[in-house]
Amino acid sequence: MSGYAGALSGMKVVSELAAADARVVLVSQDFGPIRGFTERFPHRHLDVGISEETLIGVAAGLAHAGKLPFVLGMAPFVTMRGFEQIRDDCAYNRNAVKFIAPFSGLEAGAWGATHHAIEDIALLRTIPGLTILSPADPGEAQRAIRAAATIDGPVYVRLGFLKKIDGYDQSFEPGQIVEMRGGDDAAIVATGSTVATALAAHTRLASQGIAARVLNVHTLKPLDRAAIERAARDTGRLVTVEEHFIDGGLGGAVAEILAELGAGRLRRVGVRDRFCSEVAPYPELLRIHGIDAPGVEAAVCELMQA
Amino acid sequence: MSDPANIAALKARAATLRRHILAPASTYFAHLGGAMSCADIMAALHFHFLRFGGADHRPDHFLMSKGHAVTALHACLVELGHVDAAELPLSGQSGSRLAGHPTKRAPLVEFATGSLGHALAVGVGIALAEQLDASPSRTVVLLGDGELQEGTIWEAALAAPRFGLPNLLAIVDYNRFQSAGAVDDVVPLEPLADKWRAFRWRVREVDGHDLPAILDALHAAAQADAPTALIAHTVKGKGVPGVEGTARAHYTQLSAEEAARARAALEATP
Repeated sequence: MSGYAGALSGMKVVSELAAADARVVLVSQDFGPIRGFTERFPHRHLDVGISEETLIGVAAGLAHAGKLPFVLGMAPFVTMRGFEQIRDDCAYNRNAVKFIAPFSGLEAGAWGATHHAIEDIALLRTIPGLTILSPADPGEAQRAIRAAATIDGPVYVRLGFLKKIDGYDQSFEPGQIVEMRGGDDAAIVATGSTVATALAAHTRLASQGIAARVLNVHTLKPLDRAAIERAARDTGRLVTVEEHFIDGGLGGAVAEILAELGAGRLRRVGVRDRFCSEVAPYPELLRIHGIDAPGVEAAVCELMQA
Repeated sequence: MSDPANIAALKARAATLRRHILAPASTYFAHLGGAMSCADIMAALHFHFLRFGGADHRPDHFLMSKGHAVTALHACLVELGHVDAAELPLSGQSGSRLAGHPTKRAPLVEFATGSLGHALAVGVGIALAEQLDASPSRTVVLLGDGELQEGTIWEAALAAPRFGLPNLLAIVDYNRFQSAGAVDDVVPLEPLADKWRAFRWRVREVDGHDLPAILDALHAAAQADAPTALIAHTVKGKGVPGVEGTARAHYTQLSAEEAARARAALEATP
């Protein structure tokens, strides 16, 4: 499911929340009527047009005056142009704005590098009091949005192109990594769309007799440090995978933990310090940058041989 | 509304605010000029116009978007009884709750500011929430003139009338100076009233040191059918001899002698 479709399906959750809680409002930027919400709550859907700073400032003001605002805005623009508003107006001023952000990672594909959000985790990780959720499949996206409503403070829900993970319906506990597959040879630490990638890599590795643990980091901040440390102690080999720069995002965060722990070796799969300016559809762009099952498999095998 | 006793009381209050603003000015390198320029407006807002709550409705909102004028806000907090005057000279010192910009460590500060260009959009959101709830609460955002060079101000100004928001008032403290010098030399704002009108705001211009005119404009804004921009023509550093109306007024520390002279001048203010 595309991030946009995922966001719209998430809006069903926001509608349910709005029906139960009069404080819930939806603030969007040039999205037009939102199916399932706008016709039910026409006065509670506010579209501010193409203006990220206003989008976030307005949402912060709504929260300040007692509303529970959900912001629907595209990940690259909301996080980069609106960064200071997220930092100052939402986090510093303690206004509990909930961001639903489709088009994270490389999902925008051939629309080009302006539309990729591959630094949003790095940016937002520096903001005190902000929670970053990154669900792995459409069902978990809905659960994450429901959780966002109850989490204290501002929350960013990072949505990418999410495929349904069969049989996965784990209840959503913010801040707790979910172990999707067991294994003590290595651990693949994934988030969002790359959890499915990690599961595919797990199967390929199993056929070579390598038991790779798969961890779903659905909460990037606060990060479940204990689960990362346990994986480092149990396996000694960690591979992070994300639709994001390897610096500053999940890979960077895990590297910080391992450096302080003094245990475990690490390989990071993701975008390496360059713009993804190749003209290619999304799946091809992921392949070019090695963010796919063979790429993860290769990183694990390299660690096994190192 | 503009009865002579009320005006006299507000003038006295504005003079008191200026004395409070001077308190940290000789111990602390502060944004003196922009605090002095808005002192009359702050007196009119905090001791006449803004309703801080009662049983019947929610309190009004005040956002100091030009956060560097914080000493004018702290002066109001003293006069409202939330801060002790003895705290003012310790502003910015270790352990003080009074910082160089509005923060939530200080009592009654609704919104922490400092980075310019933030609070108009936030004010739009607050006014929207009050409008959704059919609350009579008003939202006032105090803007600097240099601050209007921030694009975010015009983004929020463009959006506000689309939502109605007659409960929103933006006041521009047009003191003509910014950090680097005269606003007209850096990036001019004129024709400023026309700009707000073109953005579909109701616009009023006043002498920002003429209290009867300020009160009339505030009451007109409260009756408006759209958001109002009140352009207050002011003098940077108003009330501080030698500093008033100069580029130095923006960001300065007074010598003990200058502070004493300013205090004497304020004492002489009728």
